[in-house]
Amino acid sequence: MRIVGALLILLGTFAPASAETLITSLSNHRVLINSNYTGTSIAVFGAVERDAQTVARATGYDAVVTVRGPRQYLVVREKERFGPLWLNQEQQKFPMAPAYLSVLTSRPITEMTSDQLRQRQKIGLRAIIGAPDFTNDRGQKDERFRDAFYRLKDREGLYLEDDRGVTFLTPNIFRASIPLPAIAPPGTYDVEVALFAETVILARTITHFELVKTGFEQQVGEAARDWRLIYGLFTALIAVFFGWTASVIFRRD
Amino acid sequence: MQIYLPIAEMPVSVLLILAMGAAVGFISGMFGIGGGFLMTPLLIFLGIPPAVAVATQTAQIVASSTTSVLGAVRRNALDLKLGSILVFGGLIGSVLGVWFFAVARRAGQLDLVIVVSYVTLFMVVGGLMLKESLREFWMTRRGRPVRPRRRAGQHAPYLFWPLRMRFYRSKRYMSVIPILGLALFIGLAGALLGIGGGFIMVPALLYVFRVPTTVVVGTSQFQIVCTTLVALVLHAVANQAVDIVLALLLIIGGVFGAQFGARAGRNLRAELFRFLLAILLLAVGLRFALELVVRPEEPFSIAVQEART
Repeated sequence: MRIVGALLILLGTFAPASAETLITSLSNHRVLINSNYTGTSIAVFGAVERDAQTVARATGYDAVVTVRGPRQYLVVREKERFGPLWLNQEQQKFPMAPAYLSVLTSRPITEMTSDQLRQRQKIGLRAIIGAPDFTNDRGQKDERFRDAFYRLKDREGLYLEDDRGVTFLTPNIFRASIPLPAIAPPGTYDVEVALFAETVILARTITHFELVKTGFEQQVGEAARDWRLIYGLFTALIAVFFGWTASVIFRRD
Repeated sequence: MQIYLPIAEMPVSVLLILAMGAAVGFISGMFGIGGGFLMTPLLIFLGIPPAVAVATQTAQIVASSTTSVLGAVRRNALDLKLGSILVFGGLIGSVLGVWFFAVARRAGQLDLVIVVSYVTLFMVVGGLMLKESLREFWMTRRGRPVRPRRRAGQHAPYLFWPLRMRFYRSKRYMSVIPILGLALFIGLAGALLGIGGGFIMVPALLYVFRVPTTVVVGTSQFQIVCTTLVALVLHAVANQAVDIVLALLLIIGGVFGAQFGARAGRNLRAELFRFLLAILLLAVGLRFALELVVRPEEPFSIAVQEART
C-alpha cells in the first residue's frame, strides 16, 4: 500500500514534466572579446514539444530566461553620520553574487506565478536577491543592503529585469535576446530557461556561454598573471622609453 | 573610438584617456609633482577598478617624470646628491608605511586614517604655501623688495645638525638628518595614501631647505621616478593590477602634456608658481573634505572583496 502511494506521488511529480519538453539553444556559446569589444547580445531560442497524449493548454505558455554571470565576493558599505563626518560604517557581504544577472520574461512575472513559488524556485530578480543565502545573513537588518545592492547594480546595467524580453513567435516557439553590457566581466554565464503554464513550472533547462578574451587581450591577461615580474619590468621599461623619447623629441637646444 | 582594456576588463574612449593623460601631465610637468592624486580619482570616476587605477597611473608618472628628469639633467637643474638621499630615505619610509598600513587595517580604522590624513596634508601644505605666496604678493605690490625671512648666513638651527654635507648644485651646506627625515615622512605617507608625495616634497624643499626653485622640480622628479618605478613593479607582482593598454594611452597623453607643462612652469614667475600650486592643493584638499562632510546622495557603495581578506 505504502509503495503504491509512493509510486503515485512519484508519478504525480513526473507526469507533467514528461508531457511537455523544452528545447533551448543559444546563438553563441563562446563570445570573444577583442580590442574593439563594446558589449554584445546573445539570442536564446526555445521550442516546446508536446507528446501525443497531452492536450494543448488553454492559457498558453510563459517563459522566464535567467542569466547569471561569474560569481563575485561583493561588499556593500553604508556611509553614516559620525560627528560632523560621513564615514563607512556598516557593511553587508554578498559572497556568491553573480557579477551579471538578467531576468527576461514573456509578461510581468507577478502575473505568471505566486509569490511562494517565485521565492522557492528563485524566479525573478527580487526573489534571487531576496533569497536568504544571497547574503551573510543578519536577519531583518540586511534588507536595506539588498535594496542598495540591486539599485547600484541596476545603475551599472549589470542587473536587469525585462518583462517583455521573451517573445513568443508561435504559441510553442519563443525567442529572447540577452543584452551584455561592455563592463560585464569575462567568465562563464549560466542561462536558465523555465517554462510556465497556469502558474506552475513545466520544464527547465540550463545552458552556458563563455565570455573570453582572445588574441592580444588574452595574451596580456596571461602575461600579467603568469609572468608578473617580467610584465612589471616590461611596463616600466616602456614607460622609461617613452619618457626618454619625449625628451629627445622636444629637445630645444 | 573605444578600446578594450585587458586587465581592467572594460572598454574606454581612447581620446578621453589621452586627454586626461595630457591634462594631468601638464600639471605634473609644471609643478614637478607626480599628479597621482589627480589621476587616480579621475580613473575611478570612469569606472576603472580602484586597484587598477592606482597601479596603472604609476606607469604614467614614471614616463612623464623621466622626461622631466632628463630635461633637468640637460639644463643642469638636478641635484643628484640631494636626490639620492631623498630616494634612500623614501624607500625606508615606504617600508614603514606598508607596515603601518597593515596595523591600521587590523585595527579596522584604515579608511578614516587615509581620508583624514589626506585632508590634513593637503590643507596644511596648501594653506602654508598660500599664506607665503600672498605675503610675497603683498610685498611686491607695495614696491618693497621681498624681505628674506632670515638674514644671510643665519639659517634655521636644524640645518646645523651633525652629518653636514655640501650640496653644490643647490648651493646649500646642511645636515643630512632633516632631509632624511623629510624623505622618510614622504615615503611613509606615500605608502599609506598611495601617493608619490611630490606635492609635499616641492614645498618642503622650497621653504624648509631653501633650495632654488630651478633645482627643486628636477630633484623632486628624480625622487619620484625612483620610487614610482619600484611601486610599478611591486603593483604588477603583488596585485597584477597594471593594465598595459591603459598605461600606454596615459603615457602618450602624459608625455606631451608634461612637455608643455614644464615649459609653462619655467615661464611662470616664482611667486605665481607657488600661488598656483597652493591653490591646486587647497582645491584637492577641499574636495576630499567635502566628501567627508556633505551628506552623500547615495550612502551605499559596492566593492569587490579582495581574495586575501
